[in-house]
Amino acid sequence: MKRFLLAAAFFAALVLLWEAAFRARIWSPVLLPSPWQVASYLKNAAVDGTLAKATVITMRRLLIGYFIGLVVGLPLGLLTARWKLFGDTIGTMALGLQTLPSVCWVPLALLWFGQTEAAMLFVVVMGTLWSVVIATETGVRNVPPIYRRAALTMGSKRLHMWFKVILPAALPFIVSGMKQGWAFAWRSLMAAEIFVTILTGFGLGQLLHYGRELSAMDQVIAIMLVIVVIGLLADKIFFSPIEKFLHRRWGTSQA
Amino acid sequence: MRRAARHHSSVSEELEVIAPSKLAIENVSKSFQSASGTVLALDRVSLNVAEGEFVCLVGASGCGKSTLLNIIAGLEKPDSGTVRADGKPVTGPGRERLVMFQEPALFPWLDVFGNVLFGLKLKPTLTNKDRRDVAKYYLELVGLSRFEHANIHELSGGMKQRVSLARALAPNPRVLLMDEPFAALDALTREQLYGDIQEIWSARRKTIVFVTHNVREAACLGDRVLLFSPHPGRIHEEFPVKLPRPRDINTVDLAAYATRITKALRSLGQAEAIGAR
Repeated sequence: MKRFLLAAAFFAALVLLWEAAFRARIWSPVLLPSPWQVASYLKNAAVDGTLAKATVITMRRLLIGYFIGLVVGLPLGLLTARWKLFGDTIGTMALGLQTLPSVCWVPLALLWFGQTEAAMLFVVVMGTLWSVVIATETGVRNVPPIYRRAALTMGSKRLHMWFKVILPAALPFIVSGMKQGWAFAWRSLMAAEIFVTILTGFGLGQLLHYGRELSAMDQVIAIMLVIVVIGLLADKIFFSPIEKFLHRRWGTSQA
Repeated sequence: MRRAARHHSSVSEELEVIAPSKLAIENVSKSFQSASGTVLALDRVSLNVAEGEFVCLVGASGCGKSTLLNIIAGLEKPDSGTVRADGKPVTGPGRERLVMFQEPALFPWLDVFGNVLFGLKLKPTLTNKDRRDVAKYYLELVGLSRFEHANIHELSGGMKQRVSLARALAPNPRVLLMDEPFAALDALTREQLYGDIQEIWSARRKTIVFVTHNVREAACLGDRVLLFSPHPGRIHEEFPVKLPRPRDINTVDLAAYATRITKALRSLGQAEAIGAR
């Protein structure tokens, strides 16, 4: 409770500081709207449904792309860890492509797929995929051989070995890869939405983009806040519980 | 340690004391490539272990005793020679011959209960309830019922090895292969486990091959102690230990055995030192 109060006080102070800066007229109100203007934009956007619609569109792109990235990335990671041939080829490629900032996929996606949903998905998948491949590979390679040997003597082999021993043993690595993949996917999707205005739906990035076009700073800041909150929620709702479980089970440092 | 309470029929069947295996190791050789060339870890080693016998392999590190254990387990293949369990050649790992390693090798993603259950889940004939009952029985046997749902990292070293023992016993193997299982534990915990393992051995009737470099430990546990000589790995001498059980490691009689074995071990070391000169 005390921690919550302290955090609340911190954010309240931040808003007050912002309001004070607005009142002091250091910057033009066009460039720095007051917190209340931003709040009222949020309220209006929430009431007329723009916000919900944009959020749904963005989240749909993100989740579908992320899911594809996981579904393709996990087996690829297993293959690269298991067979040298895959490690030398796909593994090396993944390592290379992972260093490429995922925004860099946007121009290519645009030329290949045009102004379509496919372009969006492609960017998200590319953001997710390589992190997941590399994390899975690293995780599998780091499984202590003794686990395999112990499981072998108990009669585990092939698929059972993969699903009941190697994958669970690699889980801490895989989860951190999933988290990184999520962060990359989220960033690259925002970049793609800002660059690409497509007719199939306005996402949050597009709202941000139009806020700039219209010099509507309240909209820009409001959407940025929404994006931050979504990122935080994803972490708190999805990744935090998994990480907590892993920390508890493995006895690694408590976050 | 208490014996578990009564179980219903299919579980009691699973918990039945089954006949331990007879092991026949014939002319087993194994060499490894190392930086300094080929190392002959085992040189035509032959050894018979009777049903329900407790055999300890002692020797300096690198004498091939662990390699022999791994070969009996089926985790490694010999270059030549055969290992038979109950007359059948060993071609790979199998749950009739379970291994307890020096590191507990428990799975950190499962809790204590899940670890003991792991091998049982690989036995297709059991129902899930049977499996749980069997796992409970062995956790009780090693005195860890209260820690069923503990995470592995929360256990002390001794408790981890007890879980490891329960996990190895649970699928009811005929042979238990133990590779310096107590080497990393403190003396007090170790002495407790000497008592426990003897009690479990007599209750569950297993053939046990126990690798150690601790001579006293070997004399305390083994019906026979086999002394290995290194480079190449061979069985150098055999010491039957004729002391009543359960044995206490701190008795004078036991110390006498240990002294004899230690002397032989030392003379081996000197012989090797002279040979190397």
